[in-house]
Amino acid sequence: MDFTFNSAQAHAALTLMLTIRLFESKIESLFSSHIMHGTTHLAIGQEAVHAGVSPALDREDWIVTTHRCHGHTLAKGASLKAAFAEFFGYSDGLAHGLGGSMHLVDVEHHNAGSSAVVGSGVPLATGMALQLKRKKSNQLVVALFGDGASSRGAVHESMNIASVMSLPVLFLCEHNMYGMSACAKDMVSVEYISDRGNAYAIESTVVDGNDVEQVYKAVSDAAHYIRSTGKPYLLETRTYRFSGHSKSDKRVYRTREEEVAWLKRDPIEMLKQRMLQRTYIDEKDFEKLGQNIQCEIDNIVDEMIDHPRQLSIEEAFSYVYSSKEHGQL
Amino acid sequence: MKKISCREAIREALFEEMARDQDVVLIGEDLGCYGGCFQVTAGLIERFGTHQVIETPVSEEAIVGVAVGAAMMGMRPIVEIMYGDFSTLASDPLINHAAKMRFLSAGKLSVPLVYRTPMGSGTGAAAQHTQSLESVFTNIPGLKIVYPSTPYDLKGLLKSAVRDPDPVLFFEHKLYGVEDLIPEEEYLIEIGKGDIKRQGADVSIITYGKTVFTAMEAARLLEADEISAEVLDVRTLRPLDTDLILQSVSKTGRAVVVHEAPTFGGFAGEIVATIVGDRRAFGALKVSVERVCGLEMPTPFNKHLELALQPSVERIVDTVTHMFTSSV
Repeated sequence: MDFTFNSAQAHAALTLMLTIRLFESKIESLFSSHIMHGTTHLAIGQEAVHAGVSPALDREDWIVTTHRCHGHTLAKGASLKAAFAEFFGYSDGLAHGLGGSMHLVDVEHHNAGSSAVVGSGVPLATGMALQLKRKKSNQLVVALFGDGASSRGAVHESMNIASVMSLPVLFLCEHNMYGMSACAKDMVSVEYISDRGNAYAIESTVVDGNDVEQVYKAVSDAAHYIRSTGKPYLLETRTYRFSGHSKSDKRVYRTREEEVAWLKRDPIEMLKQRMLQRTYIDEKDFEKLGQNIQCEIDNIVDEMIDHPRQLSIEEAFSYVYSSKEHGQL
Repeated sequence: MKKISCREAIREALFEEMARDQDVVLIGEDLGCYGGCFQVTAGLIERFGTHQVIETPVSEEAIVGVAVGAAMMGMRPIVEIMYGDFSTLASDPLINHAAKMRFLSAGKLSVPLVYRTPMGSGTGAAAQHTQSLESVFTNIPGLKIVYPSTPYDLKGLLKSAVRDPDPVLFFEHKLYGVEDLIPEEEYLIEIGKGDIKRQGADVSIITYGKTVFTAMEAARLLEADEISAEVLDVRTLRPLDTDLILQSVSKTGRAVVVHEAPTFGGFAGEIVATIVGDRRAFGALKVSVERVCGLEMPTPFNKHLELALQPSVERIVDTVTHMFTSSV
């Protein structure tokens, strides 16, 4: 591989990936100890995609995420505090506690939020790109979706529209091998979803989604292509969801052997080994980095548990319509 | 004043709003040189070009999803879907996204979208091109729903819908050729306000869309029987002008709710509940509230059967007359 991170880029990526991993691990423990309610969809194991996508974009570029949105939300710039607060349903959360785990939105960082209807964010991202193009903006929109969503008609309709209208959309398939319990090999007609770009005359490629340097390079190249040609691009990243689909998943649909094989390709471990090799970091630094992040996370959560703050029902009504008088029809 | 058809009234509203603001953009199938399925958008692409008239592939779900996304970025899209029946395909972006974007972003994103589509039967187009699906959407907080009848209302309400910061579903009846007088000068009609189309003292016929014309004809016939019928066009289903409804029924003491959609689970039920849930209006009732709506059947192709399905002038007159013979 030609492209490698310099030391600063590698450190930034490692910090981000560890932050996302420890954030999600904390979420997992808060759910299993019944401190948090609702449901959540973890992406532990997919951090190389999170750290390879948003950091490779311009700050002004937009992302539209999925129900498995925690990592991308943090990578685009959301604060740990605002993210945790949303999980607690607090009024200082990203969506003031109205969205929860599946609806993390962060407009300030050009994260338009997620559709928790699998695949439905893709047409929205396409429309955002349409208006950006009309406004002669140089920004692009990343439409994130998984291998499960690749079967949705709306995704195919959107690719066709983006192609015929030449829209600045990066269709980014985060292929983690499973849509809930359904294995992609049983549900997706092609080996590589990127091959479907041909059907819509959209340029495409596939990269190792556990290799953050590869993802970063591929996203940078795709963004350059989109900005210089005005055309959409389809990028497939192949990764693996170490965690189950949601908090109640016992993972009966796959073998422990398969999981172990993928754990050997842990994206954080892969980056760490490279950084050790390149002497960007030593074992002690790595340990310290993890401890610092863990400490920050624990402090944030400890403070939050003790200080609940919630919107009143009247305040919640004020977000249904633009005008308050329509809030309670 | 000038005489204008429903089709021309809608087109004038589109023209004026597109000329006023370049971010007002038409999106839909065949609405360029073809002029749209019902010829409503004829001539607009020649005037405004492809920057403001965007023709799309046959992809209803994505078209509306694209419009939602574009609206989030500042566009004022007006999506045209050829037939209201295809709203089933557009329901995910409308119900799960347009209606919830402001809420789920705690007010940081909004969807100033207009969704235009024709509803209703009488065209011989059979079961998949003639439905009235408004009540599929009236139960969704976050949406506004407008269903005007006359050229005057169509123009004024469409212009308001385009300027509204919230997603507005703008349902049209298919009597596009019906003409009426409208002012020469520009005007707007506030969303959420009903209109008394005909003053009356003895019974309130409450309706919207195409059946406003049916109700007006019924009211004329009832006059011969010395029954003075008031025709109330609610014009907007959400938010509903409950004050006007309650005021009218409190005055007349009799209410008939009319719409083309089937009775069961239809919007008339909401209007009836509004009336009987109000102490003053309920107390004023001299007889039980009636509904004259579509029959519980997919629209048949056969013309005689198709007409039998709709709320007719005769059914309204019979229902009203019966209210007087049976009242105590």
